[in-house]
Amino acid sequence: MITELFSTTVLIGILASGIRLATPYLYAAIGETFSQKSGVLNLGVEGQMLLGCFAAFYVAFTTGNLWLGVLAAMIVGAVMGLAMAFVTVNLHAQQGISGIGFYLFGLGMSDLLFQRLMGTVETVKGFQKIYIPGLSDIPGIGEILFNQNILVYGAYLLVPIAWFVLNKTTLGLKIRAVGENPDAADSLGVSVAQVRYFTIILGGTLSGVAGASLSIALLNVFQQNMTSGLGFIAVALVYFGAWKPVGVLGGALLFSMVNSLQLWIQVLGIPVPSDIAVMMPYVLTILVLVATVSRVRAPSALTKPFERDE
Amino acid sequence: MTESTKLPSGQTRINSLEMRNITKRFPGVLASDHVNFDVKSGEVHALLGENGAGKSTLMKILYGLYHPDEGEILLDGKPVTISSPTDSINLGIGMIHQHFMLVPTLTVAENVALGLPSSRGALTDLDRVSKRIIELANIYGLKIDPDAYVWQLSVGQQQRVEIIKALYRGAALLILDEPTAVLTPQEVDELFVIMRQMVKDGHALIFISHKLHEVVEICHRVTVLRNGRMIGTRPTSETTKQALANWMVGREVGFAPDRGTTTLGEVRLSLADVKCGSDRGTPGLRGVSFDVRSGEILGIAGVSGNGQRELAESITGLRKVTSGKVYLEGQDITNLPPGEITERMLSYIPEERMRDGMIKDFSIAENMVLREHHKQPYSRYGFLNLRGIATHADELIAKFRVKTPSRETMAKNLSGGNIQKVVLAREISRNPRVILAAQPTRGLDIGATEYVREQLIEQRNQGAAVMLVSEDLDEILALSDRIAVIYEGQVMDIVQRENATPEKLGLLMAGVHPEDAAPVVK
Repeated sequence: MITELFSTTVLIGILASGIRLATPYLYAAIGETFSQKSGVLNLGVEGQMLLGCFAAFYVAFTTGNLWLGVLAAMIVGAVMGLAMAFVTVNLHAQQGISGIGFYLFGLGMSDLLFQRLMGTVETVKGFQKIYIPGLSDIPGIGEILFNQNILVYGAYLLVPIAWFVLNKTTLGLKIRAVGENPDAADSLGVSVAQVRYFTIILGGTLSGVAGASLSIALLNVFQQNMTSGLGFIAVALVYFGAWKPVGVLGGALLFSMVNSLQLWIQVLGIPVPSDIAVMMPYVLTILVLVATVSRVRAPSALTKPFERDE
Repeated sequence: MTESTKLPSGQTRINSLEMRNITKRFPGVLASDHVNFDVKSGEVHALLGENGAGKSTLMKILYGLYHPDEGEILLDGKPVTISSPTDSINLGIGMIHQHFMLVPTLTVAENVALGLPSSRGALTDLDRVSKRIIELANIYGLKIDPDAYVWQLSVGQQQRVEIIKALYRGAALLILDEPTAVLTPQEVDELFVIMRQMVKDGHALIFISHKLHEVVEICHRVTVLRNGRMIGTRPTSETTKQALANWMVGREVGFAPDRGTTTLGEVRLSLADVKCGSDRGTPGLRGVSFDVRSGEILGIAGVSGNGQRELAESITGLRKVTSGKVYLEGQDITNLPPGEITERMLSYIPEERMRDGMIKDFSIAENMVLREHHKQPYSRYGFLNLRGIATHADELIAKFRVKTPSRETMAKNLSGGNIQKVVLAREISRNPRVILAAQPTRGLDIGATEYVREQLIEQRNQGAAVMLVSEDLDEILALSDRIAVIYEGQVMDIVQRENATPEKLGLLMAGVHPEDAAPVVK
């Protein structure tokens, strides 16, 4: 049965679903890259994603409009980001702890709203695959890369955009400076608070989209705690990717490919205990982080609240 | 004769800036008490005072970081309001901070461009910024590569980036906050050349420094502050170092502490070809050997980051020695746990006194027994003896003249000088055989500096072996019996105090053996 894994059809299937599954990681981790680049560790990504999942699903389910669902997820994520920004920037909260608080809030709140507003698991007809004439017909490649839905394409498009914003714009320069030496930025009239508000809210918005991509583009259902740790992996991916969008892309692909592989192993009924299979991406997270942690240096001001001296 | 109103950078000069009756209150403190200060185009005006005298407060007001409770600022005779650094930058005021305000992971051009509007809107225009940097660098004789990353630059070069940053923003008046504190003597000379050129071109400079000989050398006028009050302003030509020091402290101060007499004894600390790594994984020490004897102070001179930290940590057991041996009174202590080295009566006054020297949120009494807390009379059978700890603290507070409301005050609430006295009290009161003092007076005012130096000499005269690591050459020369110069993890040379001159040490600190140096053409 192992040999089945290596048949062309299965390989294409694994790669195609790997590409697709990287979507939520990408949105969440690119958003998190922005906030960490500016010196803020947002551990609440998972909670923001869960509320995004629910908001997108509920709005799409009740209105029948998927784009309204995405918008709702973005707004919910942005509001969560705003709250996170207030707590970290104005109240100088310990970012690790407040992030866990936001995660638990998102976890509980999404479940409560689900129980109150829906009660039963429903499905929606999510974003459909887009057929691109020519490209989609290329054997193999077409199936893997050009037979995906709009949110998947959006996620990959985000990578060069994020790189460009961070490296080629004045805003990106400010973000990098604020994350490395906020005192220097402050002394030059850059508002550390403004920059951090921007990045945290942007991160929240993208986490919301990450949630939407799960509930109305990939799985097309909403279930309690459906992200199951994906948001935390997104945070780890930022470290893995050395705070670079391209690195994050590499990490996201690695994890989604492993995830895809374990799904196919289960689908094909290969006798590997499913617990072990499901564990694979998480074990990989730990191994990869252990291997990379000493190699890269985080933004110097990461997790440090900014305050002018005396 | 009509003087141009333009500076070479193309900016309009500031003919005069006047601060009148500046008053700033903080809860419980009058940080600035009706202070008057002025500076003119074409002069360097020194601002002199001890820590807490109100120099920084005054300059932070001028730079828009603080807002005065009373008083006004006049620029070329017209009153101005400065409510943020942006305002002061727009008025042509620039500040070179003591701790450089640079982002190490960015390039020179990126650091300069940070916070400025770009000629390309939302996109950066680093190529144009670089061009302008090179222009300015040529005008003012500041050699710099706009594409270099700041972390690659030496301290002196980083300072040039700071100056360019200010000039780029159109600074006509520059505030230099202790600009020489981190430089080698040669770099100081280079800075002074640049400063003289700027003054000649019509810039106005404010120079903050503890180093009196520099004030006398480079400044035209000097204003002395003490306890938030202005003591007076004088032309430097009409004053001397000694007069300034007395003025600043408010009493007679001795510069070179009386070193007294000492008898050289046996070797207490000995390093044999010690090597270790640095935090970045590069070699920290590349084979260091020297002895320190009872009754002597060995000064370790060098520019910051040349292995001083690694040296201190290798000896105290805080860093793994990869090869070579460290001997304390003839016994091999290489890579022993720090606690065991402490037990053998090695005392350590660490460079980062707030981080490594004490626990900020502990009381003074607790900090004073950190080393000996497990011994009688401070504890017995694992229980703390609070009375013993209290008595000990009271004794040391009195003996070392620590200024504190009580022994229960938390360490973080003390001034820098008093914190150092607490560390010193703890380390010295145990009658150590060897004392390792790293930057013991950095950031302290003259009064506290004097005290710390006296104590180190006292210990030497009583027979301790003292190793003094300092980046302050004046301190090295004032205290040491012998001087080892460290450069890139190696001892360049060890010279007797009598044969040491700042020039000779300066060359060694830059990695040049004086006999190899090209003859200086005067």
